[in-house]
Parts: sequence; C-alpha cells; structure tokens
Amino acid sequence: MVYRLEMTPRPGVGQGTGKLIDQASQYFDLEIASAAKSDVLTIKANISDEEMAKIASEIVNPVLQDSVVGQVTDREFDWYIAIGFLPGVTDNVARSAREAVGDIIGRHLEEDEHIFSSREFFVKAPNLTAEQAEKLGSELLGNVLIESITVLSFADWKANGAPENLPLIKSETEPEVNLLTLEISDAELETTSKEKTLALTLREMKIIQEYIRKASDDPKRKELGLEGKITDAELECLAQTWSEHCKHKIFDAIVNYTDENGKEEQITSLFKSYIKRSTEEISEDVDWLVSVFHDNAGVISFNDKYDLVYKAETHNSPSALDPYGGAMTGIVGVNRDPLGTGIGSELLINTWGYCLGSPFTDNADVPKGLLHPRRIRDGVHQGVIDGGNQSGVPYGLGWEYFDERFIGKPLVYCGTVGLLPRQIHGQSGADKSIEPGDFIVMTGGRIGKDGIHGATFSSEELHKDSPVQAVQIGDPITQKKMYDFVIEARDLGLYRFVTDNGAGGLSSSIGEMSTQCGGCEMDLSKAPVKYAGLQPWEILVSEAQERMSFAVQPEKMEEFAALAAKRDVEISNLGTFTDSGKFHITYADKTVCYLDLEFMHDGLPRMEIPAKWEPPTHPEPEYEDSDISDDVLELLASLNITSNEFKCRQYDHEVKGLSVVKPYVGVNSDVLTDASVFMPEPLTTEGIVLSAGIAPSYSDIDTYHMMASVMDLAIRRTIAVGGKLGHIAGLDNFCWPDPVESEKTPDGQYKMAQLVRANKALYDYSKAFGVPLISGKDSMKNDSTKGGKKISIPPTVLYSTIAKMDNIEKSVTLSAKRAGDLVYVVGDTKAELGGSQYSILKGAIGNSVPQVDADYAISIYNAVSAATEKEICHSVHTPAYGGLAVAFAKVAIAGQLGIDVDINKIPADDLSAQELLFSESNSRFVITIAEESAAEFEKLFEGLPCACVGRVTLDDELVFRQGEHIEAAVKLGKMSKSYKTTLDNV
Amino acid sequence: MSSVKTLVITGFGLNCEKETSAAFETAGSEVSRIHLNDLLEQPAKLSEFHILAFIGGFSFGDHLGAGTVFSNRVKYGLKEQLEEFINAGKLIIGICNGFQTITRMGIVPAIGGFFNQEVALQHNDSGVFRDSWVTLKVNESSPCVFTKGMDLVPVPIRHGEGKFVPMNDEVLKQLEDGGYVAVRYADPVSGEQTSEFPLNPNGSANDIAGICDKSGRVFGLMPHPEAYLSPFNHPHWTHQKINGNLPSEGLGLKMFRNAVDFAKENLV
Repeated sequence: MVYRLEMTPRPGVGQGTGKLIDQASQYFDLEIASAAKSDVLTIKANISDEEMAKIASEIVNPVLQDSVVGQVTDREFDWYIAIGFLPGVTDNVARSAREAVGDIIGRHLEEDEHIFSSREFFVKAPNLTAEQAEKLGSELLGNVLIESITVLSFADWKANGAPENLPLIKSETEPEVNLLTLEISDAELETTSKEKTLALTLREMKIIQEYIRKASDDPKRKELGLEGKITDAELECLAQTWSEHCKHKIFDAIVNYTDENGKEEQITSLFKSYIKRSTEEISEDVDWLVSVFHDNAGVISFNDKYDLVYKAETHNSPSALDPYGGAMTGIVGVNRDPLGTGIGSELLINTWGYCLGSPFTDNADVPKGLLHPRRIRDGVHQGVIDGGNQSGVPYGLGWEYFDERFIGKPLVYCGTVGLLPRQIHGQSGADKSIEPGDFIVMTGGRIGKDGIHGATFSSEELHKDSPVQAVQIGDPITQKKMYDFVIEARDLGLYRFVTDNGAGGLSSSIGEMSTQCGGCEMDLSKAPVKYAGLQPWEILVSEAQERMSFAVQPEKMEEFAALAAKRDVEISNLGTFTDSGKFHITYADKTVCYLDLEFMHDGLPRMEIPAKWEPPTHPEPEYEDSDISDDVLELLASLNITSNEFKCRQYDHEVKGLSVVKPYVGVNSDVLTDASVFMPEPLTTEGIVLSAGIAPSYSDIDTYHMMASVMDLAIRRTIAVGGKLGHIAGLDNFCWPDPVESEKTPDGQYKMAQLVRANKALYDYSKAFGVPLISGKDSMKNDSTKGGKKISIPPTVLYSTIAKMDNIEKSVTLSAKRAGDLVYVVGDTKAELGGSQYSILKGAIGNSVPQVDADYAISIYNAVSAATEKEICHSVHTPAYGGLAVAFAKVAIAGQLGIDVDINKIPADDLSAQELLFSESNSRFVITIAEESAAEFEKLFEGLPCACVGRVTLDDELVFRQGEHIEAAVKLGKMSKSYKTTLDNV
Repeated sequence: MSSVKTLVITGFGLNCEKETSAAFETAGSEVSRIHLNDLLEQPAKLSEFHILAFIGGFSFGDHLGAGTVFSNRVKYGLKEQLEEFINAGKLIIGICNGFQTITRMGIVPAIGGFFNQEVALQHNDSGVFRDSWVTLKVNESSPCVFTKGMDLVPVPIRHGEGKFVPMNDEVLKQLEDGGYVAVRYADPVSGEQTSEFPLNPNGSANDIAGICDKSGRVFGLMPHPEAYLSPFNHPHWTHQKINGNLPSEGLGLKMFRNAVDFAKENLV
C-alpha cells in the first residue's frame, strides 16, 4: 500500500517561503507574488489505514501543521514544483521518518518497505514561463545532482494530481572488472587520462605503462589473469593516489629557481626544504610538538591531560559547482581529520574563511557557466552553517575576503581544532599502529556514486566538462552519530588505528593504512552500498561522506560491532591488513587490484618545474588631496573591512559553553575581534587562542612579503587578545593558480617563483618567530576557463595559528572601555600603502608592500604580552586592513566611545597623513590604558617605538588632529553605520 | 545522605552533554550520561534519578520538525516511567532542542494533562538560525523551581526554531493566568519584557522564552543557561572586569543550583 502524507503550515504560521521569493528576485530577477509549501512523505509499506492515521497524528505537529493522508486539492497557484531525491540518494528526512514509524507501529520496516520525503511548492507568479519555473526548481529549490525536480502547470496538477514520489532503484548492472591495455600510443594514453578524469599527465601514464610491463613477470599477476593488463580500478586507484590533491606533486617537485638578479638555485621539494625543515629545526628548541605532518592533523601538547589537534582544509572546486554541498562537505570533512588523528580526537572548534567575488557583482561580469558570487556566498555559508551547527561544534574564527579574481573559483577554507587525550590505555593518544591480521573496518555512510573523482577533478582547472558527480553530499547527523561512536569505542579501546576516508575514498585511506604494516587484502563486495550497480572501481574511489576506516584487532571485533549496532552506526569488515607488500583488492572472487604498495606510494618521480622571479612594477599612485573623513567611512564600508555579522550570527559559536573572547566583541558585540579565546573544557583557567591572517592583495607585489605579513598578522592578533610567543603553532594553507608553465599557463614560471618566494618567507619567519608549522595543505589549480575566459586567483595563503594561554582571565578585547583612558600606538608606521585596502579603494596597487622585521617584531610582541600579563591594558587591537585609521575606528565603535588622536605623535618618520593613517605596516598595536598605569606601561616599552597619541573621550566622534589643527572628525554613529550596513541582511 | 542524581540523555545528534553535565556537577549533583538507546533497554533505570535533562542539539537532524522523532521515541519507549518520574515530584529540564522535545511530547505545559501538545517552537521570524546573548526576565509569580530567586539572567540563544507559539489564544491565556510562563525575553537596560528584535530574537508570543508545568518542576526554555557557567562566558566580561562588576560565577549556573537544592531538600 502506498500512502501519501501531506503536511502544510497551519493558517497564521507562515509558509517559510520568503527566502524563495527574495532569492528568485535577487538571483534571477523573477517576480513571485506568493508561494505555499507542503512537506510530503510517501510511505510504501504493509500498514493499515488505522496505523497510517496514527502515524500522521504523531508525526504532524498539531500546533504548527495541518495534514492530510492523500493530497490537499483546494489550492490556487500557477506552478507546482516538487523536489524529491533521485534514486539511491540518501534521504535523511525519510530515514528519520522510518525510525519514527517504527516506534509508532512497534516494528521495524522491512527492506522492501520504503519511505521517501519530498517538498512541494505552489507558486503564484502569473508571468512566470515554464522555463523559468524549471529554473526555480533546478537552481534555487533543488539540486539536480541529487534531486528530482518536477514542474507542473496548475492545469496539469488539477487534472492529474501530484505525481507519486517513489524513486526506487532499478539498476541491474553486474559488477565487473575491466582489463585495459596500456600498450597504446602516447596520444591514446593522454586521451584515456582525460576521458576518465584521471588528471594524469603523459609522463605519469608512461610510468604506469612501464610498471605494468615489468609486473608481467610477477607470477601472481599471471595467476590472477592480469598479465600485461591493468584493471580499471588499478588505474583509478593510481590516479587518486598520484593526484595533485593527494600527492602534492608541485610542493614535492624539483624547482629550478632564478631570482631577479639571474642567480639560479635548485630546490628539491619546497615542502621538505622550507616547511618541514623549519619545523624540524624549531623542534630542537621546543618540547611541545607531539605529532607533525604525518597524521591527518598536527598535534601539540596543551597540558597534562590533553594535546591539541588542528587542521585546515580547502574545498574550492566542489564549492564552485555546488556551493551548499561543497562547503558542507568541507566542514564535516575537515572534522574527520582531527577525529582520525592519533587514536581519535574530540572535536572542539571549527574555523572558516572564504575568498569570494563581490556579492554585488554585475550579472554581465560573470562568465557564462559560472555561478554568481552572491549565490556562491549564500550557498557556501549555509553549507558550513548547517554542517557546523548540526555537528555541535562551535565556530571560533570566520572571515571573508573579496576580490573579483575569486569569481572563477571561490576559496573555501574550513578548519577544526580537536582535543586528544595525552595518555589513553597506557600510551600516547597521538600514537596508533596496525598489526598484520587486524581487520579492515569501515564505518559510517554507505557508498554511492557521489564524490567519484573528487581528488582528480580538483587537481585540474574548472572547465566546461568538470564532472558534477565529483561533488559529495554531506549528512552531518550520520557523521555526528558516527563521531559519538568513535569516541566511545576509543575510550573502550576497541580499535588500534583510525583514519579519515576523504579524497580518493577507500583507495587512499586503506592504501595509506596499508603502509603501516605492509599490505592488505580487502573484499569490496562487503562494503555497504547505497544501491546496486556500483562497479568495483567506483566503490574503491568513491568519496561518499561520513566514513572512517579502522584497524580492529580480531579479539575486539565482536565488541566493536556490537557497540556500533547499539549506536545505529553501520560498519563493515572488509578484510585484513597484511605484510605482503601488496595492495590486494577483490570483489568476491574477482581481482580488482594487485599493486605494489611501494609503487603506489613511491613510484612517481619528482616533477621538475622552472621558476623565474621578475619583480613587478606598478604605477605609483598619489593620494594627496583625498578627504580623510570620507576615506575612513568608505574603508569601513568596503567589503574587506565591513562587518559580516549577519552571516556570522547564523553560526553557533557558543555550543559547549567554552567561548571566552567571541568572534564579535564590544558593548554591542558587533565588532570583529582580532582573535578568539576558548576554554578546552567547561570552567578551565587555561585557554586556547585561535588567530589567522590572509592578504591576497600583497601577492600582487611580492609573495615573500605577503607571507611575512600574514604570519605577523596572525601572531600579533594572538598577542592582542592576551596571548604570548612561546607556545604558538602555525598552519599553512596555500591556494595558488596553476604554477606549471604550459600552453594554458604561459606565465607559469612567474607563478612558480611566487610560490618559491612565499615558501622562503614561511621558512625565514617560522624560524625567526619560533612558531613551528604543524600541518598544512595546498590547492594548486585555482583557475577557471568556464565561459571562455581564464580567471586565476591571486596567490593566497591562509596562515592560521593556535596558541596556549595560561590564564583566560587575562584575555583582552579591542573595545575602548573608559572615557579618559590614554591611547597608545606601539610600533613604527612606515610608508607602506602598497597592496593596502586604501590603495584598492583608490583603484591602485602601488609598490611599497608592508614588510616585517622579525627581531623588532618580537620585541614589540613581548612588551605587549608583558603589559597584558600585568593586566594594565584596558583594550588592545592590532591594525590590519585599513591601517591605524580603521583600527581607531573599530576600538571606538566597539566601546561606543570617542577617541581623540594627534597623528603627529604616531611613531613614524616623515609621512603624509594618508600614509600615517592608512599604511598597513606590520607589528603595530593600538592600546588603551588607565592614566594611572602610564608609567608602568611606558617602562615596558623602553627603547621601542611607543607613544601616547590621545585619549578615549565621551564625545561621540573619532578626531584626528595635528596639534591644534583638526584634520578630520568622524561621528561614531556614522562610523557604526558604515561598518555595519554593507552586508547587513546580505 | 545520598546525593542528588541527574540523568543527561544523549545520542542521535544531541550535543550539549558535556556542559550540561558540568552545570549539574558544579551545582552538586552526580551526573550520568546515558544514550537513549541504552535507556530504552532498561527503562526502569529512570527511577534511580532525581533530575532528568533533555539537552540541546539537533536530535535526528531536526527532520520532520525539531524534537519530533526523539520525543516520539521517548514517548513510545518510556511513557509510563516518565509519568511516574513526574508524579514522584522529580525535576525535568528541557533546553533548546530539549525544550522542543518536551513540548512536542506534551509534558510541558501539560495544562490539560500529560502527552498532549499545546505549544510549539516555530521557525524564528527572521527565517534564519541565530546565535546571540539575550536577557531573560524571570516571572516571579511562576512556581518554577529552576528560576527561584532569579530576576534578570543573561544567556545565549542558538536556534533556528525558537519562536514560542501556543495552540490558540485560550492556551496562551491559561499559560499567563496559571503562572506557567517562567522566563521572557527582556530589555537588559529597562528590565522589562520586549518584543523588539534582537532582544526578543525570534518573535515569541508574549516574549515567552521558557515555561513550566503547573508544579514548576518541569521546565523548558530555548536559551542555554548551561553556556553561562563561567563568568568569562559573558560577552562583556572584559568590560565587567574593568568596571568591577564581574560576577564570581556564571549567572546561568543558578538554575542548576536551584534544581539540585530542591532535589536535596525534597527528593533525597
């Protein structure tokens, strides 16, 4: 029997379709008069009418909903748009409904009994064409990758009723392993790579060709019937393992670098030479590095009880195609990194940051085939909001950066901090191992066709044929249940090893795990699939979400499985780890893969990439006659400085009750903080400081100084909230345009030189500051050729830090606290307007990019830390975008107090007012203190540039004066309005 | 004297177990966290506890409406035990998703008896999830055990479905007349209830943020008192510190102290 339960909002409750009407207008210029919505459950089960009536009465919320078993017929509208799921796609609402129905009728539904959910919209829009209604369905209400969209006219609906939503699977495809020959021409090798989205170069294809030739001597391969051939799965598996995404070939390459003076240098692996080496050298001086670079996330010690785990990722390519789904898997995906680090970490805090095109971009400026940046922004935020909130992990830091060059590919950074027990079951929580004979166990969501080729498609530019199924679909609740299970199993000691199933799916996770003990034998027919008809290679490489892989010792297997069953978590035992040296995969009795692990992981020789640095020269702008008051207001309203509080408040940042310095601070909690402070557990004294820096515009001048500046920025932001040097670790997330010279990328040598320079700075300043890198990631193909126009991002590094704070009670926020307090500027201001937000405002780039003098910076940091340690600072803020002018404005807005500054007193050489106020010079602070603390404060800064420049006032304005002459005076109300309006409700 | 025992039910997407446990522990109770599936295997275990907490989170992903599937499971698996628990004079608190769950189940306000839904939490008027601090004004004429001796309480809200709506005007009148309204959204400066956004963050009827049953022992609210255990949770604590008015503990803790103190006096 098939029942349809239609639930509608009760009169007066509201239809919840306001967003549809607004977005139809904003995104597509389509006018909708009104819209109604129904939620529908289609239940195909052996139940009686009475049982169905009972189900309806229990599921329907009587205060908010009306319902009918059948269909509401009394309606008037123009278009009916129904959104259901495609066959085989996980339908989470229906899964929950299945649980509820089971509880109500007192039995679990059988395998052949089904529930499906769908949403139906009834749109009144007399002028809407059928094509436009389809557009609403496919681009606004539904997602064609995973959902079915049915559009009917009113007349059709009236005549035939709503179509039945029963997306049952009808696939009968038999699982097969195809044997391919690689004894083909070079051109054919290239075609094979391209057609299969393998992202393998000819050179790499030929290495595989050679391996297969040699492997023909292997009697075992002969015995398995693989002589002279490669299986489809082996080729796919190597493509995933060797993808730029997984293998980081560019960072591992031999670089032939020529500097601006023609001096040549050969660098073998940027990663090893700069990133890893700096950490290794620093590790000789610090005792708190626990696990760096080799696990899913970096680990540092925190206290006797816990270590801290941190990882940040990007999810750029998926978010360009499906902003909501791509970003959601970005956040729930990076959650699995700490969860899969060591023996498994609890998830503590999320971070996010996006580089996007302006949401106000003219439609005409968006190349055909690309989504409008406003849609990308809305979708990306909503994905991370839903993913983060439903996972119960608060966000600690969030930011947005806008530049038109991010229209082609947005950058979507997501990070997660975890808490790892320092000791568990008598060993370090960071340690894990695998013994031959341990079972290969997978937990979590089922495998489907979603997320196939995620690793390889993100390893090339976004082009018109980029595969849509590469985008995975996330389900935070399935993951939350699995997460709770993992932590419980961890505490009971039910497994030996855990890791994330991310890019490359099982081929990567089990491939990497196998290197721990030297091999594996895995049967893919035992893997749970969403629907029949998946080919073995698809099961092997699918990046279907919410999965973790485990090594379970045989004696614990029963208990592990029993706990999983009690927690509604699906697990499957796929085989055993071995020490055979082979990655041996079967599907029942068919051989799917028989590869040498050594070849998989070490068979790819390094690339050689040329790099040539030629410093660019930009026209030197002149800013003499601008009005400073107007400039301040315009900067406060500009996209890279304005408040994005409207979106931020949709992210939970209080869950767990650990937040000490929140993302937004001040008397109205409406000014973005420098950095955030969290307790690791309720009611602790020790805390964690999270901070970050990013400055893509500086890359237009020199990536060396861009890198130095973002590092200084992140560190001084940590200092600003009360942190100190000594126990800070860094994460580097590189996002680059393709830096390998080719026909498509004629300026590859320059872009590669930019990469070299950023890495040189990363090494120099990590060492100088004593801040080791503990984890990082790179995304190296951030170009788009959609719509026939090549758009490349500016080289961008997100540098994130995590620091230990001894006493959260000494945290400081940036808001002015009391009228009469003295205002100090610490640190020299220089003529460094190059790449600044002020220059961008004036349509220029300039050349004088901010630089960092590390030794001098450290003296400043230490003096500020000494002042916060003594609790004499009422507020501390560190200037970033917009320089001192914006810094003073933010301190004033946050405190709702005036500030009166004599700009002649700002420590600087002979500078113009514009340079004094808008230069983004590094290593500076704006600090307010009580007058009686002045002597004690100034003593801490002896020998350093530090000057009292004015006072906090009760006048509600920010005054910049030169002696008696008032250069500019801006009202507090006006500044607040400028700061808060641009993205309000956007 | 044996100690007060609190049960925190976990699982299926709930996520505030750690801080809710910390709240009751700090208030002097023993706390057991038990997964709903484990509790359903041994329903009699419920009677060992004096206080039951339905915590915040996203049980079953809010699918079919916040609290629907979870409350249904509890109702079908624990109905008798829950009724006994309430009739024995014990305490129940539902916070955020827990509040949605207990209203959905109909154990609060329970004007017309148990397991009959009379009020609900609807999507916020703003249409979006919101995280911000609000001020609660305690209704002095309510018998609510949890809010006794409290007046203005700053606490965070974090929800997308928090707009309090009664079944009809008659229910609203009974809630008001019968002292069922325990806390309302208020203006922190005037101390008066307010319907102004964002002070009332969701458009709740009569600015209602939390209600109790007629005994005052079953209490539900949308805001999160368990997220204000430390004075350093408050968004303006750095100002309070300089102004000399930083409290010695988070003001949300008092609700848990009230509950544990009541249990000590009456139930242990």
